[in-house]
Amino acid sequence: MRPTTEAELAQTIAAAQGPLRIRGGGTRDVGRPVAGDILETGGLSGITLYEPGALTMVAQAGTPLAEIKAALDAENQRLAFEPGDWRGLLGTDGRPTIGGVIAANVSGPRRIQVGAARDFMLGVRFVDGAGNIIKNGGRVMKNVTGYDLVKLLCGSWGTLGVLTEVSFKVLPNSGATGVLLCEGLGDADAVRALSKALGSPYEVTGAAHLQKGMDGAPVTMIRLEGSEASVAYRTDALRTLLADIGDFTIETEPEHTAAGWRYIRDVEPFHDRDGDVWRVSVKPGDAPGVVAQVKGAEAVYDWGGGLIWMLVPERQKAETIRSAVEGVGGHATLFRASEETRKSVPVFQPQPAALARIESDLRAKFDPRSILNAGLMG
Amino acid sequence: MEMPAPRPERLAKKETLITRLREVLPEDAVIHHEAELRAYECDALSAYRCPPMAAVLPSSTQEVSHILRICHDLGIPVVPRGAGTSLAGGALPTADSVILGVARMNAVLDTDYDNRVIRVQSGRTNLSVTGAVEEDGFFYAPDPSSQLACAISGNIAMNSGGAHCLKYGVTTNNLLGVTMVEMDGTVVEIGGAHLDAAGYDLLGLICGSEGQLGVVTEATLRILPKPEGARPVLMAFDSNEVAGACVSDIIKAGVLPVAIEFMDRPCIRACEDFAKAGYPDCEALLIVEVEGSEAEIDEQLGLIKQIARNHDPLELREAKDADEAGRIWLGRKSAFGAMGQINDYMCLDGTIPVSSLPHVLKRISEMSKDYGLGVANVFHAGDGNMHPLILYNANTPGDLEKCEAFGADILKLCVEVGGCLTGEHGVGIEKRDLMWHQYEAADMEAQMAVKDVFDPAWLLNPAKVFPLDASETRRATAVAAE
Ligand SMILES: Cc1cc2nc3c(=O)[nH]c(=O)nc-3n(C[C@H](O)[C@H](O)[C@H](O)COP(=O)(O)OP(=O)(O)OC[C@H]3O[C@@H](n4cnc5c(N)ncnc54)[C@H](O)[C@@H]3O)c2cc1C
Repeated sequence: MRPTTEAELAQTIAAAQGPLRIRGGGTRDVGRPVAGDILETGGLSGITLYEPGALTMVAQAGTPLAEIKAALDAENQRLAFEPGDWRGLLGTDGRPTIGGVIAANVSGPRRIQVGAARDFMLGVRFVDGAGNIIKNGGRVMKNVTGYDLVKLLCGSWGTLGVLTEVSFKVLPNSGATGVLLCEGLGDADAVRALSKALGSPYEVTGAAHLQKGMDGAPVTMIRLEGSEASVAYRTDALRTLLADIGDFTIETEPEHTAAGWRYIRDVEPFHDRDGDVWRVSVKPGDAPGVVAQVKGAEAVYDWGGGLIWMLVPERQKAETIRSAVEGVGGHATLFRASEETRKSVPVFQPQPAALARIESDLRAKFDPRSILNAGLMG
Repeated sequence: MEMPAPRPERLAKKETLITRLREVLPEDAVIHHEAELRAYECDALSAYRCPPMAAVLPSSTQEVSHILRICHDLGIPVVPRGAGTSLAGGALPTADSVILGVARMNAVLDTDYDNRVIRVQSGRTNLSVTGAVEEDGFFYAPDPSSQLACAISGNIAMNSGGAHCLKYGVTTNNLLGVTMVEMDGTVVEIGGAHLDAAGYDLLGLICGSEGQLGVVTEATLRILPKPEGARPVLMAFDSNEVAGACVSDIIKAGVLPVAIEFMDRPCIRACEDFAKAGYPDCEALLIVEVEGSEAEIDEQLGLIKQIARNHDPLELREAKDADEAGRIWLGRKSAFGAMGQINDYMCLDGTIPVSSLPHVLKRISEMSKDYGLGVANVFHAGDGNMHPLILYNANTPGDLEKCEAFGADILKLCVEVGGCLTGEHGVGIEKRDLMWHQYEAADMEAQMAVKDVFDPAWLLNPAKVFPLDASETRRATAVAAE
């Protein structure tokens, strides 16, 4: 099924006799395997409004991300939350859509400074599980008119409604980039360096650590963006600030810096490698301890340590990882694993009873027949 | 504006209610004498007043849970209250409700600089959160003009913003976790010190829900390192339109200031009289602030001044030191107080696309003539969040009604140009009946369904946000659990 208008999409859902699998570009196959007929959003495509002077864009949910990026490029603007491309990591193909980015709240390294996809969202239109067309928010920068269903829908993985149109804030490109690099730091020292950098006034827009960098050695990366003079000043100041932890070098060559952060953003170290991939959210200081508790794990730390991508041997016990995370507060998602594993292990962190009650009641309100990506977030 | 009539069966339970509340709270935490209840009869939308049946001042999450359980069982509505600075009537009680004030819960529970978070009880004032960390070089970013008084709980309920949210975002962008008590007394923990909470974005849903989904008792907030420096520049123009165009150009140019504030002539005058900030005599002025090291500030302000010069400013005044910076901000920060000195006013809060600024300002001044009521404009121009202050005289019969009609017309205009009714103050009772201009039945139903999930009996702040006709059936079915 591939409706081409919102009204048609609403009719399709209202008339559905059984479960539906919602598909944007089909590139973000995460979650419990879902049964049902495929409902594609690709027929709802196109940028509806773009006002560079107001930093806002409105697009239909099925619009390819590439089209959006091209339009922004032409005005020297960008999606500042830096959504990743997960095709390499998940072994999917297809074209990522903006609706998929929002449904999965996909946010990259710059999230640490500017916020996640959800923080840039201004408005949504969606169709709920009964076929009602609903709008919330709008296209202005500040809006507290009624409840914020925009955020609720963002990151709900198509389980509460099918997005038809999204409006969001964009930002200007930032000119120059400078990256501080240090090889050989252990996890704890690396996170300490990242914390120190993020606690400085130098406006870090990327803070990552790889246990195995491109050449196999651990590498710690800190990004600064802005005008050339400003970047030069701040990279220098940070280098001095961090001298007691490690000897940082400075990279400013645009192609290298872009490639380096793409490597983190798209989790390239784990492409084409055996093993399951977990995505763990904890507070940065707890991250090295969590990783140390998982035998055989290889970690990529982003967000100053607050986001851990972990490659573990297949069928590594989910309980080991979840109990390490629960011990400190946070959550773990089994991001990549065989269908079989994802059928037998909760993919998303099971919630405490009171929250689970709220979530399932919300689902029952928005999708009373339980036909939209049913069970995906289990 | 109307509030639902108090229900006799609730009023009849006053004695039982007080007895039960006293069983779980210290004596001085239960207020029920008429004279004392006057302190809770209104918030900053003081045109509307009504003392509640009782007010309670709990000191812990546990006490909040007991209170809510009791009210839930008796079928008594509860209106949560922070500092009572809401401009939308969010904390206005009804005669058959209980005010639950969190002002006594104001402790800092934990500060963690390595992970850049602070955990506070929700009654703590906004400014004192920054106060707790500033000596160590940190601050809490959202900065409503009311920050000396308003509480984090109210900020979360209204998703409040401030002058600097152009760069740092509003409350929802700086909130990582809450402890919240549901109407039936259940305590839930959402999020924590980590950046992304698990599951659905319930935190995003609760922020801005105007005290209708649960009572927030604790919050984990993001704190940020203070910038090396900040400097404002003041720009004077001879028309609103030109100032508006200048704002657009600054944003388009790719420099992102931390704040762009706008004031028009009536507001400039009032501030001058009140605060003596030394503002130039002009039609419109902008305050633009940037941050960074001295050299970075020079570079950014250089660019901004160049853009401004294309618009023939009457004056460009850059602060040379902290003292001058303070003076530039002084007038803006005292704007509401200044207006309050000369007049009764109603403060609106619609948001519009930045590109519509000149058009909307022009229409407002035309309407001002039609209604015969003055308007002063002071607002966050960078994000299109307008604050027209409509001046009226509370002692002139009919003036308030006229003022409300004028306000409604302005807000409808905001929606018409692609904006919304409220950017940061919330709907409360003030914009409740205008919601139909922004939302269709299905949109409203989806939001009310969310309240059904958190508060099936519709006892938490029930007469707010949704037009009374929309919520009537739901409120009518609210009965005592006992
Ligand atoms: C002079 C002045 C300037 C202002 N400037 C700004 C500004 O720049 N930006 C801005 O955004 N706002 C501004 N405001 C509006 C107001 O200060 C904010 O809305 C503020 O967040 C309200 O906080 P409060 O603690 O006073 O809340 P209250 O007025 O006590 O309550 C506000 C709402 O929050 C709910 N609530 C309170 N506590 C809780 C709780 N524990 N759990 C659940 N719900 C709760 C209430 O029920 C009510 O709906 C201004 C107000 C004034 C008077």
